[in-house]
Amino acid sequence: MKTIYLDNNATTRIAPEVLDQMRPYLYELYGNPSSMHSFGGQVAKKIAQAREQVADLLGASSPSEIIFTSCGTESDNAAIFGAVRSYPEKRHIITSRVEHPAVLNTCRYLQKEGYRVTFLSVDHSGQLDLEELRAALTPDTAIVSIMYANNETGVIFPIEEIAAIVKEKGAIFHTDAVQAVGKIPLNLKESQIDMLSLSGHKLHAPKGVGALYLRQGTKFTPFLLGGHQEGGRRAGTENVASIIGLGAACELAARHIPEEQTRVRALRDKLEHSILAKVPNTRVNGDPIHRLPNTTNIGFEFVEGEAILLMLSDRGIAASSGSACTSGSLEPSHVLRAMEVPFTHAHGSIRFSLSRYTTEEEIDTVISELLPIIDRLRAISPFGPKSKH
Amino acid sequence: MWDYSAKVMDHFRHPRNVGEIDNPDAVGEIGNIVCGDALKLTLKIDRSTEKILDAKFQTFGCGSAIASSSALTEMIKGKTLDEASKITNKDIADYLDGLPEEKMHCSVMGMEALEAAINNYRGITTSSRQMPEEEKIICRCFGVTDRKIAQVIEMNNLTAVDQVTNYTKAGGGCGQCRPQIEAILAEVLKKEREKKQSLLRKKMTNLERIRLIQETLEKEIRPYLQADGGDLELVDIDGHTVYIRLIGTCQSCPSMDFTIETFISQKLRQVLHEDIEAKKVEE
Repeated sequence: MKTIYLDNNATTRIAPEVLDQMRPYLYELYGNPSSMHSFGGQVAKKIAQAREQVADLLGASSPSEIIFTSCGTESDNAAIFGAVRSYPEKRHIITSRVEHPAVLNTCRYLQKEGYRVTFLSVDHSGQLDLEELRAALTPDTAIVSIMYANNETGVIFPIEEIAAIVKEKGAIFHTDAVQAVGKIPLNLKESQIDMLSLSGHKLHAPKGVGALYLRQGTKFTPFLLGGHQEGGRRAGTENVASIIGLGAACELAARHIPEEQTRVRALRDKLEHSILAKVPNTRVNGDPIHRLPNTTNIGFEFVEGEAILLMLSDRGIAASSGSACTSGSLEPSHVLRAMEVPFTHAHGSIRFSLSRYTTEEEIDTVISELLPIIDRLRAISPFGPKSKH
Repeated sequence: MWDYSAKVMDHFRHPRNVGEIDNPDAVGEIGNIVCGDALKLTLKIDRSTEKILDAKFQTFGCGSAIASSSALTEMIKGKTLDEASKITNKDIADYLDGLPEEKMHCSVMGMEALEAAINNYRGITTSSRQMPEEEKIICRCFGVTDRKIAQVIEMNNLTAVDQVTNYTKAGGGCGQCRPQIEAILAEVLKKEREKKQSLLRKKMTNLERIRLIQETLEKEIRPYLQADGGDLELVDIDGHTVYIRLIGTCQSCPSMDFTIETFISQKLRQVLHEDIEAKKVEE
């Protein structure tokens, strides 16, 4: 059975062009980029090239603003710890209730260490109230960390507006842009973002590599101590092949962003519109306008997400859910709860996330397979229109 | 991804006895849409023999909730109410060749729905049964009572709060009730320990009693002393007095008297459930 992979916000396949670029550095060209000999030196040149490719995709002023890390989570940790350690006199952090655990749990840790943390709320569409942000900012605020786009709903925050508000008050502004990079155009030269996290495996590079953008002149304290790598800002011998892969993936992503905004968006819209038209008692979770082009989060009333996923999986379709049962926790996702999505829609929520490799044929298959699954589960359910309940 | 058994997946993919019996003799409903799972069980019962002639279910929930409900209906069909009422959540999980521990609450939901249906048949109304005076809600997020928590701990030999959450959902929301769950757990475990000890005490011969004292010193006391470079030796047992010689750093330890009188005596009292006193022997 062929897999129809609609879980690209969880992870993506490595692009074949990326794998081709990586291969020699996994075996023949194994030199250490820090070595003095030319065998290592040629690797250092490829890493410098990857740094340029990442900087180009982000529209950074200089490749030196890119620090390679091991993943998006490390980038987030490095950004937040880097800021609070660089401004030890400031004891306040602002973030949102819908962040990825990499930011949320880092902030909760610092809260236990004595920091005051403001978790900004979101409205029913998953959007922030910028007045709440303005009111929360004080001269004591060390860092504001707000995600660019939400991994579960795809909702995009007005990051430039937020950055402007934060910079006016003199705090550091960090954004976890793991879901945004490669899907929407960025131009950090024209931006007020101080730090930005990205992850390789969300944009068709391998797992185990990420990057932190650090604007020139931003005070920073390294998260990982040791050697001189990454300009003394992140120690540890480079994950060479993956960094080269990340560079190649960024170059490729720059070329594919127009397609994300047109073809991928059209497929997402077709999937979403067909489901809403054909399945009663469904709704889209999250702001439908300000949203990633590849993501839709749909709540199916009266049925539970894990059961839908298992039945989709039996038919070769990979998606994900914000229901309680899929995570092993007993409550639905913190994002849907923060948005106050009604419980019945939250428990039955399914996220479909597409990629440049998604075809129209696949979307048609998902539409035709999904309807009988929901019907079947609703027939089993004691709730809903079909029940005598 | 959950590691579901083939039997769980079979009952999920091909659930048995889905639906609702017309004019049922008993209805058991448990859970609600807010909690994320709910089960409605309807039964047809032979009034003269109290045999379950037919059982149907409707379930809102994950794969293992649907499979547990399906399994339950298969297990109870043909049984009398007395026989069926002996089915525990563990029996449901065993019937499915096991459930992941985080999903054990699905089997508990099956057991609860059956209990509710039997109560319904016997005219014990939900409202009168829901809140007997001695029963109180511990977990407000999921509406779990102390009686339910204690029952599930005993039935499944649970030993940790996380397990209680996996089996009953209690403590899985805001988590505020976790200290109360811990207290219930401690109480149930204490009762069970006492039960075991009184059983032990009744049957013990003199030789067994000596062996138990030796074993307790060996396993429960010596490792602690050895960790600090000390040790002990059992010299004699005379009635309720256990004579002990301390060795190594224990000899010169300023808290030696305390070590003997409280620590060792307490441990032996716990295990033997009698008034034992440990005494040190001078060189």
